[in-house]
Amino acid sequence: MLHSYLVLSALVFAIGFFGVLLRRNTLIIFMGLELMLVASTLALVAFSRFNGTIGGDIFVFFILTVAAAEVAVGLAIIVALFRKRQTIEVDELDSLKN
Amino acid sequence: MGLFLFNFFALLTVICAVGVVVNKNTVNAAMCFMLCLVGVAGLFVLLEAYLLAFVLLLVYAGAVAALFLFIVMLLDTHSQPRPVRRFALVAATIAAALLAVAVLTFHQQPKLAMAAASTGASGASLKDYAYQLFTTYLLPVQIIGFLLLIAMLGVIVLSRKIEATEGAK
Repeated sequence: MLHSYLVLSALVFAIGFFGVLLRRNTLIIFMGLELMLVASTLALVAFSRFNGTIGGDIFVFFILTVAAAEVAVGLAIIVALFRKRQTIEVDELDSLKN
Repeated sequence: MGLFLFNFFALLTVICAVGVVVNKNTVNAAMCFMLCLVGVAGLFVLLEAYLLAFVLLLVYAGAVAALFLFIVMLLDTHSQPRPVRRFALVAATIAAALLAVAVLTFHQQPKLAMAAASTGASGASLKDYAYQLFTTYLLPVQIIGFLLLIAMLGVIVLSRKIEATEGAK
């Protein structure tokens, strides 16, 4: 049973990673990042459950909190970026290249 | 029953995760993200981590997904999502390689199968959480609180600074 949870977690992580690599919309890339975080929390909870300890669960607590802070700051950055450049497509955000 | 529920929630999670990645419409992607989180919360319940399932629904599906929807509404990007097919194959290969490595690692670890015959759940008791959080993990809790404060200040500064520079122009 632990295997199923871990494989599912790896699958969701890979899907999120695929989204981060593939998509050009910053918001969707951000959602892909969140998917990866959630997948890792699923693995932690599964390990914690089958190990009989509470350490993993506590760690998931902290991950959720940090993710909430990260989403707030990230979305604020995206909004500031959009105000300045009028776009959130990563292809058009290349001013550091030149 | 447990297996059926696991299959149901796992399918929901995976399908909605794929929906997040491939959806052209950002609003639909955010909705898929919310459903995906509901699936993960169901899996948490199956793992007897009831408090975490509740917190996940409250914080992620409630606050974070709503924040995403709010930002989508606020930005109102009319950009036609261009079909990105150039890197699709490369990205798919890298993601598949990552998945393959992860699955191979799990399957070559024989201890995992033994652990499956497990002890009782420890994540079910709220008292255990509180005890651990305020004894062993007291310092991380304080740091997390400080981090949230800094994040709040950072968001305020980020939102105000642009206005100030625009006003200066």
